[in-house]
Amino acid sequence: MENDKILEVKDLSVSFNTYAGEVKAVRGVSFELNRGETLAFVGESGCGKTVTAKSILRLLKPPFAVIKEGSQITCDGKDVLALNKKELCEFRGDEVSMIFQDPMTSLNPTMTVGKQIMESLRIHRHLNKKEAREEAIKMLKMVNIPSPEKRIDNYPHEMSGGMRQRVMIAMALACSPKILIADEPTTALDVTIQAQIMDLMRELKEKMNTAIILVTHDLGVVANFADRIQVMYAGQVMERGTAREIFYEAKHPYTWALLSSAPKLAKEAKQELYALKGTPPDLILPLNCCPFASRCEYCMPICKEKNPLETTITDTHRVSCWLQHPKAPKVKSFYDREAK
Amino acid sequence: MIKYVLKRIGYMLITLFIIATATFFMMHSIPGDPLGAMANKLPEQAKANYYAKYGLDKSLTEQYTIFMKNLITKGDLGESLKYPGKSITDTLLTNSKVSGVTGGLALFFGVVIGVTLGIVAALNKNKWPDYLVMFIAILGITIPVFVMASLLQYLFTVKWMILPTTGWGKPKNLVLPVIAMCFGTIATYARYLKSNMLEVMGQDYILTAEAKGVSRFHIIKDHVLKNAFLPCITILGGQISGIFTGSFVIEKMFGIPGLGFYYVSSINDRDYTMIIGTTIFAAALFVVAQLLIDIVYTLLDPRIRVK
Repeated sequence: MENDKILEVKDLSVSFNTYAGEVKAVRGVSFELNRGETLAFVGESGCGKTVTAKSILRLLKPPFAVIKEGSQITCDGKDVLALNKKELCEFRGDEVSMIFQDPMTSLNPTMTVGKQIMESLRIHRHLNKKEAREEAIKMLKMVNIPSPEKRIDNYPHEMSGGMRQRVMIAMALACSPKILIADEPTTALDVTIQAQIMDLMRELKEKMNTAIILVTHDLGVVANFADRIQVMYAGQVMERGTAREIFYEAKHPYTWALLSSAPKLAKEAKQELYALKGTPPDLILPLNCCPFASRCEYCMPICKEKNPLETTITDTHRVSCWLQHPKAPKVKSFYDREAK
Repeated sequence: MIKYVLKRIGYMLITLFIIATATFFMMHSIPGDPLGAMANKLPEQAKANYYAKYGLDKSLTEQYTIFMKNLITKGDLGESLKYPGKSITDTLLTNSKVSGVTGGLALFFGVVIGVTLGIVAALNKNKWPDYLVMFIAILGITIPVFVMASLLQYLFTVKWMILPTTGWGKPKNLVLPVIAMCFGTIATYARYLKSNMLEVMGQDYILTAEAKGVSRFHIIKDHVLKNAFLPCITILGGQISGIFTGSFVIEKMFGIPGLGFYYVSSINDRDYTMIIGTTIFAAALFVVAQLLIDIVYTLLDPRIRVK
């Protein structure tokens, strides 16, 4: 299973054309995804996580959003950016499918959930109505919806948020896609339901050997779900590594900042929660420096002049930070401070 | 559902009763009377006879009781004061049929063409078909119906001599008034449907459908149209009831014996029975149309379905 690449994204750049100018939302992002693996995109709002995820399915709307020339997306040997309309429809939902943030608005309110699940089965597997219905019931059972034979004829408003998200998952997995993109699947749900949904996704992932791209800003969700994590900021990947490496051996000051801003139970109760000061840079302007420089505690003169290259730390762990330069000063990391 | 409908019908009857009462008293509070509008210089005795014949010499409460008794027990709205011997109920039924045919056709074509144009505009947003449709829509909304009617009459009868100006009874009599009337409807629906469609197309569930691999055609057909058309049903309700009461201007210009003429002229004539008759008729149509619309709504939109 190792090195069995299912998705390869190279130099992905996406821009939005707005009245204010060209917003470069994603700037040369590259990553790979193996079969059955879970990769998480982590970062604050507006860092390009969702845009990167949507680009894989080409869901961004031209001419407003443009995937720049030179970007490459290869899925299972298929050049995604070269697909024509018909091929794209066959690709979406069959090989790669996606679930969205808000299950309240992501389902068509005037169509039964069964019909919405059957839709993709009929398109991709060419099942007839009866077969599709049986399959849809099976899917609903798989996502633990009680009495699926009845629920299949429900409309979305007759279900709770958690149930709707289960329906979304059932819908996305109906055609056993190779990759499932989950765009903040638990953000709109309350905490107990969040855990259930994540458990469900983990269980299904193992059952169907689906690779998952999880987009989230919730480190807690990532910690025991993702195999690898990719920390994004201002449309770039700042640090990437296995979940262990990111949580216990992070090298990038931005990753440290993210980790410190997550509340911890073990800490003394009255300690104030860390908040990263400032806001992300304006993405309309060209960035010739490290995008995090203006907010970074360890900012050095070079950080404001040149964007750092990726430094490889282990096979899986890579960091884009000038602190990794041999000549850079040794700084006290997040872990040293935590240990105190 | 049946319980709901029965309840609604109950409310409708109450509404109609209130409307009938209010119209009755408001109408009598207008200065002047039917006789004043017709002839000023009648001998006193003739006037008295006239009042006595129609019960206008009685007190207002008495008149009201008689009127309500006739309306509720016999469905009888009385006799026209202006046109002696003419039953109001008969007039309403005969003439509203004429208005209904013209208005119904105009509404039908208006909705069909308007919706089609709206879809075309939404699918070609900011391209020439969109601009063309919006241009037509603005014309349809800004050009008054009588200007449109005279323009059509000028072109089709004076200039090209292919259609009659006025008249009733033959299909070709219908062409011009229907075109003139549906122009505004086309404009309304084209604009309304376009904006609804664009709104629906920006919804999250459309993105979900796209991510499932549903083709553009099926997204529009299965996901967008129904959701975009739902709000249009609301305006449709008001228009359906409007077609039977007719259009005063159009009917006058094309010589159509519809209800619109009586509807307006009865007020000037202080034709009490006719005013009440037409008002109750229009109100009844309106509440019935509203009920129908609500029923259609519950059938189409599962979110407001009554159990």
